Amino acid sequence: MEDKIAAHVRDIPRSGIRDFFEIVQSMHDVISLGIGEPDFVTPWHIREAALFSLEKGRTGYTSNLGLPKLREAIANYVSRKFHVDYHAPSEVLVSVGVSEAIDIALRALLNPGDEVLYHEPCYVSYNPSVTLAHGKAVSVPVHERDNFQLRAGELAKRITPKSKILLLNFPTNPTGATMPREALEPIAELCVKHDLIVLSDEIYAELTYDGAEHVSIATLPGMRERTVFLHGLSKGWAMTGFRIGYACAPAPLIEAMMKIHQYAILCAPITTQDAAIEALEHGDAAVAHMREKYELRRNYIVSALNEMGLPCPTPRGAFYVFADIRPTGLTSRDFSLRLLEEQKVAVVPGTAFGKDGEGFVRCSYATSLEQIKIAMERMAVFVAGCPRR
Amino acid sequence: METLLRLLQQNATVSREDLARQLNLTVAEVNDRIAALEKDGVIRGYQAIVDRERLDQNTVTAFIEVRITPERGGGFDRIAQRIAKFDQVVSCYLISGGYDLLVVVEGTSLREVASFVSEKLSTIESVISTATLFRLKTYKENGALFTADVPEDRLVVSP
Repeated sequence: MEDKIAAHVRDIPRSGIRDFFEIVQSMHDVISLGIGEPDFVTPWHIREAALFSLEKGRTGYTSNLGLPKLREAIANYVSRKFHVDYHAPSEVLVSVGVSEAIDIALRALLNPGDEVLYHEPCYVSYNPSVTLAHGKAVSVPVHERDNFQLRAGELAKRITPKSKILLLNFPTNPTGATMPREALEPIAELCVKHDLIVLSDEIYAELTYDGAEHVSIATLPGMRERTVFLHGLSKGWAMTGFRIGYACAPAPLIEAMMKIHQYAILCAPITTQDAAIEALEHGDAAVAHMREKYELRRNYIVSALNEMGLPCPTPRGAFYVFADIRPTGLTSRDFSLRLLEEQKVAVVPGTAFGKDGEGFVRCSYATSLEQIKIAMERMAVFVAGCPRR
Repeated sequence: METLLRLLQQNATVSREDLARQLNLTVAEVNDRIAALEKDGVIRGYQAIVDRERLDQNTVTAFIEVRITPERGGGFDRIAQRIAKFDQVVSCYLISGGYDLLVVVEGTSLREVASFVSEKLSTIESVISTATLFRLKTYKENGALFTADVPEDRLVVSP
């Protein structure tokens, strides 16, 4: 059968995170800082809304674009929090997580050979999603010295006449990087100048710390008409398993995305769409509570990592620390494997997020403080025993 | 509310070192802030949340609705303070609605609570009436759920 698999699918390498997952799963008593989803259970009022939806017998399909009431709630939320206005009936599409929205946006926009720029290290799905949509993925490195922010100079060097899309993810998985307005402005200018469409995955927007405001690139001059604003309930509301994401974009693009979505997915599940309405309309306090918890854990983990000799500037978003392990003299993979074998702590090698992740490991703090404490103690023992400091 | 206070309310046994790390403060700064909160009477004490049903099946908690005649000049305060001083009374609140005080009483047996109500509480001059409600089961106390919420079955590593 193997020879029947389409070439562009066959050539996608196995996910580095999958390999690692299997090793960790085979072991006992591992403390995992390798988890990319909230440790919180979805707030009860949201779960209760899902139960109520089922109780009422709401079990059918919804409009392909999503429940009108949910699209309205999304438009209101995006306007209230991010100050971009979208017309709910024609400019909002409810997807099965942001991942699906990225996939259908890419498929709706790309002709074979079109180039998609994305910053790396980044979330694992961007590169393969571009390939699956017959585009050419072009990575733009971000650097620790820039706090992993995307710099216009690096981007400009890689823009060609074939460049069509720029994929952004701030706050970033795996680095926790955020882009304040001043950092976004030169990027937006380049996008306007080169007529690039921006797919902006802002799934971690609510998890922005130190009182900083999350700024969407869609708010910058000339950007709304060329931006697909992508967001969802998974991270901020701890609703990963509900699989609710959404895309806001100019109507012609939403219409094109809907063509793919309606045949591939039909619609997101009604139960979780109903829950999403509750989350967006009444979830602010629960989100703020979880954000505070993450921020406190971040403070803890950053101070512990620096103390053990793994320098790491304080990331201002998401729930990851991208720790610099170069002082140990080990590669990301060796560091992660040996830490797992010797101290039973799981972190993810930076190389799982692109080759530029070498020299770093991703530590997630979406885990209880008690677990983080033990993990940091064990990690300190491991680092102290490493040959080169 | 101050974050430090929230953390202490969730778990007052957290070490000062852990508090300091989370709040980006020094241990000395944390100590100072806690001392100030204690001195100002914002923090009134530290206690364990106990599941009494696990400890002793006979333990009794009663919620007593008390109606009283307010006094000229003193209102409800003097009499409420007098009731609150009994060792059996764990909490005592002045409340709105059909009665005046909600008094929470703990005892080792039904008889003990009943005799407190009939001999001590009801006999106070300005007490007009009492209604005693007994706790049957605790589901949540001071923010702590008494039944486990959700099992731990997250993926061990995920993107």
